[in-house]
Amino acid sequence: MAVISRGFHGRRPTEEKLPPGQYVVHDFPVLSAGPTPVVAKEDWQFTLTTVAGDTRHWSWQDLTALPAERPTVDIHCVTKWSKFRTEWEGVSLDTLLDGVDLDGDYAMVQSYGGYTTDLPLEDLLDGQAWIAYRYDHDDLPAEHGGPARLLVPHLYFWKSAKWVNGIRLMDSDEPGFWEGLGYHEYGDPWREQRYQGD
Amino acid sequence: MARAAVSGRLTGRLRWQTATVEDVRDETGTARTLVLRAPDWRGHAAGQHVDVRLTAEDGYSTQRSYSLASAPGGDRIELTVQRIGDGEVSPYLVDVLEAGDQLELRGPVGGWFVWDPADPSPVLLMAGGSGVVPLMSMIRTRRNVGSRVLFRLLYSVRTPEERYYARELGPGGAQGGLDITHLYTRSAPEGPRRPPGRLTEDDVAAYGWPAEFAPMCFVCGPTGFVERAAEILVAQGHDPQRIRTERFGPVGG
Repeated sequence: MAVISRGFHGRRPTEEKLPPGQYVVHDFPVLSAGPTPVVAKEDWQFTLTTVAGDTRHWSWQDLTALPAERPTVDIHCVTKWSKFRTEWEGVSLDTLLDGVDLDGDYAMVQSYGGYTTDLPLEDLLDGQAWIAYRYDHDDLPAEHGGPARLLVPHLYFWKSAKWVNGIRLMDSDEPGFWEGLGYHEYGDPWREQRYQGD
Repeated sequence: MARAAVSGRLTGRLRWQTATVEDVRDETGTARTLVLRAPDWRGHAAGQHVDVRLTAEDGYSTQRSYSLASAPGGDRIELTVQRIGDGEVSPYLVDVLEAGDQLELRGPVGGWFVWDPADPSPVLLMAGGSGVVPLMSMIRTRRNVGSRVLFRLLYSVRTPEERYYARELGPGGAQGGLDITHLYTRSAPEGPRRPPGRLTEDDVAAYGWPAEFAPMCFVCGPTGFVERAAEILVAQGHDPQRIRTERFGPVGG
């Protein structure tokens, strides 16, 4: 039984699409574990590593030459804020990975600065994930992961790795940065999978 | 599926538990420390936070995260909460909650922004406003375990009246090996060493540690402060891997 907080009334969410335990924000909070890496577009590179160890590289020019999409999505941070109708531009992982040997059931996403996060490969495909390089009709600011970040809006936002620079495909799952520090290995906001065991 | 052992203190399921407010203490005109007794508390590391859940009579509930201010030990924990003007939860915690009330919490959470007392490296703490809260847990932990690790705190705050833990971090609260520098951004007391203003490279050079001492750096505060502080540290040669950051946005209410 929940403890009733004497004299607490709270605000009812005005939107029905708010996952449990979340509240709505209108600004865009920044959360990072360390300093913001400074990555110039001309130095940016994205590397896909297959289970067999083969690699494929994309430069900034390669990435931005691919067909772009403009998803408008709701995002949900494990620290409990949610932000509705955020507008992005970037390349779908379906486009990026078209023709690549997608062996392995899991993916480790890697970033400049050393951050990592793991998720099932299938959560990156079928129109669910993008490499985003524009936010709100402008270049993605560095503190929000610019020049490019992963965008996987159906999972808690720590999966949407900032300053992304690669994906390593894996046969079996391994914990990424926060997953190794006690956060949930999958992170579905609608099932409130915040911490290990949730 | 085999998984690597999980470090930190988050192994096993984190359950909601009921805590009772034992005491409340005003820190400033807009911030209050809640002293809570949590009978099922299993300890924490300095720098971690908790999730707090409030439930209204009709069953509506909401959650927020708050940093632990106290050192680990026993079943008493302290949170210091800043009232956010248009917040949903912080005005309740700061203005309404009183001794004897109960609330639900879950934690400790976060295994990265933590100080390990076994690490002999010098420590640089940089706080902007309410960002001092998890750093206070580190300072109190250092004192409680009798650590002689060298600590320096740079505490950026608008005015002397807005300092948290004024007595503990003031002249009477001296601890050997802990240097405290207040950096006032709006108004400073008489005879300041430095005119009021935002954090500068010179402040970090004067009151921090040289990069060659390889300190652990913990930076906590509003995003603008943290971005600036971390940028200065990196520019002054500190290893980004030894700079840990936590940002308190205005959405923390």
